[in-house]
Amino acid sequence: MHDAMKVIIGLVIFLGLVTAPFWFNTVGGTSARQPELVVGTDVKECIEPTGWMRAYHMDLLNQWRDEVVREGKKDFVSSTGKTWEHMKLTGTCLDCHTQKDKFCDRCHDYSGVKPYCWDCHIVPGKEGK
Amino acid sequence: MMDVKRREFLRLAGLGATLGIGGKTLYEVVKGDEVLASTAHETHEGTRWAMVIDTRKCVVHDCEDCIAACHKTHNVPTFEDPKRVIKWIWREEFKGAFPDQNHMFMGDEVTDKTVPILCNHCDNPPCVKVCPTGATFKRKDGIVTMDMHRCIGCRYCVVGCPYGARSFNWSDPREAIKDIDPAFPTRCKGVVEKCNFCADRLSLDKDPACMEACPYKAITFGNLGDKESPVRAALKGKYTIRRKQGLGTGPSVFYIV
Amino acid sequence: MLEKALQGSKRYWTWLFVVIGFITAGVIAFLYQLQEGLGVTGMSRDVPWGLYIAQFTFLVGVAASAVMVVLPYYLHNFKAFGKITILGEFLAIPAVILCMMFIFVDMGQPMRVMNVPLHPTLNSMMFWDFMSLGGYLFLNILITRVVFSAEMKGIAPPKWIKPVIILSIPWAISIHTVTAFLYSGLSGRSFWLTAILAPRFLASAFSAGPAILILLCLLIRKISKFDPGDAAIRKLSEIVAYAMAVNVFFVALEFFTALYSDIPHHVEHFRYLYFGIGNATALVPWAWASAILSLGAMILLLVPKTRQNFSLLPWICVMVVVGLWIDKGINLIITGFVPNPVGGVTEYAPTFPEIMVTLGVYFIGIFILTILYKVAITVKEAEAA
Ligand code: HEC
Ligand code: HEC
Ligand code: HEC
Repeated sequence: MHDAMKVIIGLVIFLGLVTAPFWFNTVGGTSARQPELVVGTDVKECIEPTGWMRAYHMDLLNQWRDEVVREGKKDFVSSTGKTWEHMKLTGTCLDCHTQKDKFCDRCHDYSGVKPYCWDCHIVPGKEGK
Repeated sequence: MMDVKRREFLRLAGLGATLGIGGKTLYEVVKGDEVLASTAHETHEGTRWAMVIDTRKCVVHDCEDCIAACHKTHNVPTFEDPKRVIKWIWREEFKGAFPDQNHMFMGDEVTDKTVPILCNHCDNPPCVKVCPTGATFKRKDGIVTMDMHRCIGCRYCVVGCPYGARSFNWSDPREAIKDIDPAFPTRCKGVVEKCNFCADRLSLDKDPACMEACPYKAITFGNLGDKESPVRAALKGKYTIRRKQGLGTGPSVFYIV
Repeated sequence: MLEKALQGSKRYWTWLFVVIGFITAGVIAFLYQLQEGLGVTGMSRDVPWGLYIAQFTFLVGVAASAVMVVLPYYLHNFKAFGKITILGEFLAIPAVILCMMFIFVDMGQPMRVMNVPLHPTLNSMMFWDFMSLGGYLFLNILITRVVFSAEMKGIAPPKWIKPVIILSIPWAISIHTVTAFLYSGLSGRSFWLTAILAPRFLASAFSAGPAILILLCLLIRKISKFDPGDAAIRKLSEIVAYAMAVNVFFVALEFFTALYSDIPHHVEHFRYLYFGIGNATALVPWAWASAILSLGAMILLLVPKTRQNFSLLPWICVMVVVGLWIDKGINLIITGFVPNPVGGVTEYAPTFPEIMVTLGVYFIGIFILTILYKVAITVKEAEAA
């Protein structure tokens, strides 16, 4: 059975090598220092409390897209009872966070996440690309 | 606070109900006592968006304004290679669009003409039935649409659609879009797309882009469930046909010929 | 048990080296496809499925055909198959893995593959195909592990495994039936809209699968000291013969219904396949090659004299495998798309990267098969000595 271990280790290394390109994306690009974020608006508050947003904005976005795309909804009512006309990734979030590269991207680069949203959703001012 | 987790739980709890969603159960398929009716189970009540295309007005002009308008608002890329083409609405020869309605004595005036075709937003859509992830689904208002976020690009819906209404993104579409309209997301490589009956515009109380763009008022749009709607008026007392009606898909796009 | 694959002759290691070379080329081609999109293949708006899904369809049959040795041995106690059941099951494992990989490389968004189990959609045959293949793989790994490690220890396998083996028989039938349902339930594709598709799939599978097994048995007999035995090979060749005859009969039924009823959109596909439409004749040589190989093999197999001739048999088996591979691995899928739903004719030809990916995937299967067969042969040789 000792040799069986070797086989399994060998297989794991092989799979690791074959799938290396995927891992690079997830692990790479992490820098040590907490980046400085440019909120990009004069408004003082996000649509939900800042701490909650930091932790759950991806879940909120998932919920938005399901409600817009799958349920045909439009308006968003926040926990404070405020109503927002749309639930749009660019039209709402980036309306305030006008500098995506200095806000969303900075933090994501730091955390090593790479949302694929921008393959389709258009960053305002970058229509040509 | 927003209860995202709870929602997720409810969605999972609703799993048991998935059998019915999108596809009819076998029992629903066999029950009922209408015969010779390819419309046996069609929905007449509630909201069901539909379109009536008057080909008499359309056929005489070889205009493509509806196509241009649709493809512009939805950032549909222009690939020249016929193998890679992506189209939501396009003109097809009469005999291709209506293979069962075609005969040799119609005269070139009809057979040589092309009619606009698009997704039929079927009442009983085969594409929804085959989709393995629920990325294609039918909304309560009858619109058959796609969740681009969920599509895995298996192309089973392209295979399942009897109308050729679906296109796949064989490469990055952005390279083939001249002026991107920032109001609507593009697609990316590896997902399927098709006409969404302008669900995005309907939610803003706007009419479908093709209808708005047609200079000859050949396109009528409205709710089949509403007796007063313009589509009901357009259908009443006229002989209209639908594409491959015998398949029992119940298309929501009607043609006056 | 796998450690047996670590000691081998120079020939064995050279072979593995070649296999890994092909796999590497395939991985490179796949990364290129991942980067550029499926546009690097020959598939198109009108022919949205090509070589990949066709290989998947063919290989589900190979996987299912393991029952042709399992069933006679376990249900009818046909002793001659005792030596080769493991070979049948060890063929099924890489075949199922290949099926899964061919679906995977065909996906436009392979990173989202988990959406299938995450959003189970019971009305989709694709969903059921994923599930039944996964289950079949699990059953075969479990069975071979339990039975084979008992055999290595020289003891009888535990009693509870018998019902699991019996379960694997209908399960094998189900994977190929569900695969046929993938096609035969589509209202818009007349070529596949036929109830005989599932039985036809099974018949061709039970012919091609055992034919591959015969070839492997003859090869093993040649390069190792393990002899699967004449009786087993003879019985397999009878199975190939009858399954091929049934398959030919089923295809003839398809011809009759389509051509006698003369419904245009049914006839058109047959016309494209065997005669071409206008200049579109890409599949015509393949169609006739497949027909001639299958019919020729059927006759040679039904005549006892030629079937029992061991120097002819491998050639006949090659005819069976090639004939049926062309049928399922190319023609059956592509023809369903020509003409398209609006009467247009677009042909399909695979591209170089597509062929490299296909070969790469096949060689991953061959790699797994080599390892598993190496283990089986080593143990069987030790038993014989
Ligand atoms: C009305 C303007 C506005 C909108 C719309 C808005 N934000 Fe904010 N957001 C802000 C402001 C202002 C802050 C900083 C609050 C603070 O400093 O406490 C913030 C903070 C955040 C933070 C936390 C940053 C940190 O410092 O940790 C995240 C994450 C965030 N927003 C994401 C989003 C997302 C995602 C959306 C769309 C769903 C969105 N925001 C929509 C104004 C907005
Ligand atoms: C304070 C840091 C921070 C800021 C600012 C921030 N994000 Fe994030 N975001 C994260 C982290 C961390 C994750 C990964 C969470 C996880 O994987 O659980 C994430 C994940 C996401 C995801 C899900 C990605 C995936 O692959 O699952 C989306 C979508 C997203 N963010 C959108 C945005 C947008 C849009 C903005 C700007 C409006 C933004 N984020 C700003 C930290 C941030
Ligand atoms: C394959 C292309 C594609 C990708 C990738 C994509 N989206 Fe979308 N998204 C769309 C389309 C198309 C719509 C529909 C827009 C409509 O109906 O107005 C949409 C709608 C949405 C909406 C609601 C309306 C709007 O316009 O914003 C949200 C929120 C959203 N997506 C979030 C996301 C997030 C978050 C990601 C990344 C994790 C993402 N999307 C990735 C194509 C995409």
